[in-house]
Amino acid sequence: MDLLEHQGKQLFAKHGVAIPEGRPADTVEGAVQAADAVGYPCVIKAQVLIGGRGKAGGIKVATDQAEAEQHARAILGMDLRGFVVNELYVEQASEIDEEYYTAFVFDRSAKKPLAMLSKVGGMDVESVAKADPEAMRMLHIDPLIGFQAFHGRRLAFEAELAPDLIQPVGTLLSRLYETFVAEDAMLVEVNPLLVTPDREVLALDAKVTIDASAVYRHPDLSDFRAEVGVDPQEAMARERGLTYVALDGNIGILGNGAGLVMSTLDVVAQVGGSPANFLDAGGGSKAEVIAQAVEVILSNDNVTAVLFNIFGGITRCDEVASGLIEAFAQIEPSVPFVVRLDGTNDEQGRALLAEAALPGVHTESTMLGAAQRVVELAG
Amino acid sequence: MAVLVDEQTKLCVSGITGHEGSFHSLNNRRYGTRVVAGVTPGKGGQDVEGIPVFDTFHRAVEETAANTAMIFVPPRVAADSILEAEDAGIELIVAITEGIPAHDELRVFNHLQHGSTRLVGPNCPGILSPGKANVGIIPADFFKAGNVGVVSRSGTLTYQIGNELAGSGFGNSSIVGIGGDPVPGSSFVDIVELFEADPETELIVLSGEIGGDDEERAAEYIAEHVSKPVVAYIAGFTAPPGKTMGHAGAIVSGSEGTAAAKAEALEAHGVRVGRTPAEVAEIAVEVLGA
Repeated sequence: MDLLEHQGKQLFAKHGVAIPEGRPADTVEGAVQAADAVGYPCVIKAQVLIGGRGKAGGIKVATDQAEAEQHARAILGMDLRGFVVNELYVEQASEIDEEYYTAFVFDRSAKKPLAMLSKVGGMDVESVAKADPEAMRMLHIDPLIGFQAFHGRRLAFEAELAPDLIQPVGTLLSRLYETFVAEDAMLVEVNPLLVTPDREVLALDAKVTIDASAVYRHPDLSDFRAEVGVDPQEAMARERGLTYVALDGNIGILGNGAGLVMSTLDVVAQVGGSPANFLDAGGGSKAEVIAQAVEVILSNDNVTAVLFNIFGGITRCDEVASGLIEAFAQIEPSVPFVVRLDGTNDEQGRALLAEAALPGVHTESTMLGAAQRVVELAG
Repeated sequence: MAVLVDEQTKLCVSGITGHEGSFHSLNNRRYGTRVVAGVTPGKGGQDVEGIPVFDTFHRAVEETAANTAMIFVPPRVAADSILEAEDAGIELIVAITEGIPAHDELRVFNHLQHGSTRLVGPNCPGILSPGKANVGIIPADFFKAGNVGVVSRSGTLTYQIGNELAGSGFGNSSIVGIGGDPVPGSSFVDIVELFEADPETELIVLSGEIGGDDEERAAEYIAEHVSKPVVAYIAGFTAPPGKTMGHAGAIVSGSEGTAAAKAEALEAHGVRVGRTPAEVAEIAVEVLGA
């Protein structure tokens, strides 16, 4: 779950990571009020989940109320590389002496948090880091002892920070690590990490990704979730507790278990088809869940045929068949279905389908055969 | 022979009094697994169809000499349960629970590095050694004893591949699901190492998916340390970057972790990669003879 800048900064503030004063707004009037409150000059920032907002015209400085209104009007509703701006963040303008980069990343490969610090920050940090890898200092943190003061000192000295910045940057990093752990983040990134002419160290931007499995223990984050725009089918699936990813083809896919569904997408593509979605109905899916999943798949108008690929373990094939029968009773689909049931109670499942004789439902016994059939039917 | 679970397994189930926990514990016992105990705090003294329930892992181990744990409790208490099992001296912990927060997994993983307890999972289907023991939720009826060792990040895909292998007449030494989470307790390398040492295993099937670099690491390990033939399958060739494909670990970020990169790494190290589950079985036939 990716957070918008102002959401990330809310978490920073909660854990004592220094940020400039700012307020979110979702109307022009609200933005002007926010600008009056933080004072001029201020910065009007588009709140969208893309990098390079400044270059794309989504960040503007306002020196007075008239400019604040003008910029807010221009940026709200703007299309930034496919993301429509619905929210703004109005922030006190900061004087910039230096721009650094810092981040904590959940390093799956090392199975430890990775701390990163560089004197080279700002807009093109990726290309700079590539050109001069030495400039990016990195350190793995043992999660059992956490981020210690020496970690901060070591990074700051190795990054060749000025002596007066070693301590304040170390403090900010330590609070950022606290944010990373306490908020169950997979990433907290600050680019730029700002040094003002007064030698104050501030997080000027915030890129935060929260572990979806941990959202349950952060009730305050549930407000954030609703605000971030998602695909309508994905939103619908999420409400029903299904894992759905929109793709751009025409063959609706339902399977049980993430690996099998991924494999099903691949096999459909190999035999010349184009999947419309990834949908994992999960383990132990009951009939009602299957019926809801069918509804989600068919709410995408691009779908011209649907493939069910089920290998029953916890999931019982008779439940899947009942779900499909229920779904047909409720929504009378107009596209053909190919159903492959194997595993737990597969015979009962196939018998139920044979008995129901649903219109346009074809059964197949192998995964490959089912994929070929659905590609033929999808046209 | 088999790996990890067999006739010596004495299983203690955390969450045995829950709906899923009791169902699968009894299922495992029916298969022949020695399910010696269960743990549910506050329910010590009860039993689940004759399997004694204890309040703590420590009591369960004292009373029954359990050496293997299966974790079936909800995600918010699962890390605690794994740590308790380790503290009580359990040698092998199989965590079925799905949805454990990644930071919890990270702490557990790093803690276990300091001891000798092995964790398989979380978010895995468990381990089946056909004819010997079943610890987890793998539908055992589809598999018979044989010479193919299977290790997989996914549950149902394992059944699919196992089914294709069975269709070609192969049985399995063991089937090990390592799970699809960001921080699995055991990696492909850990399990491949066990299969290499297992005299019964003549072919190793590795079933991977997008995300992370576990397959790439396995490829390097296999080239250096494995004498037995290995056949691989990778799911997720059609997965778009930046989208999590159901498993918390199955996400392609940037150019890393794609199915194509993994298949390439494996092939570069001499591992044949089947493009469909069916093709994995075809390669197995070529390698071992039908």
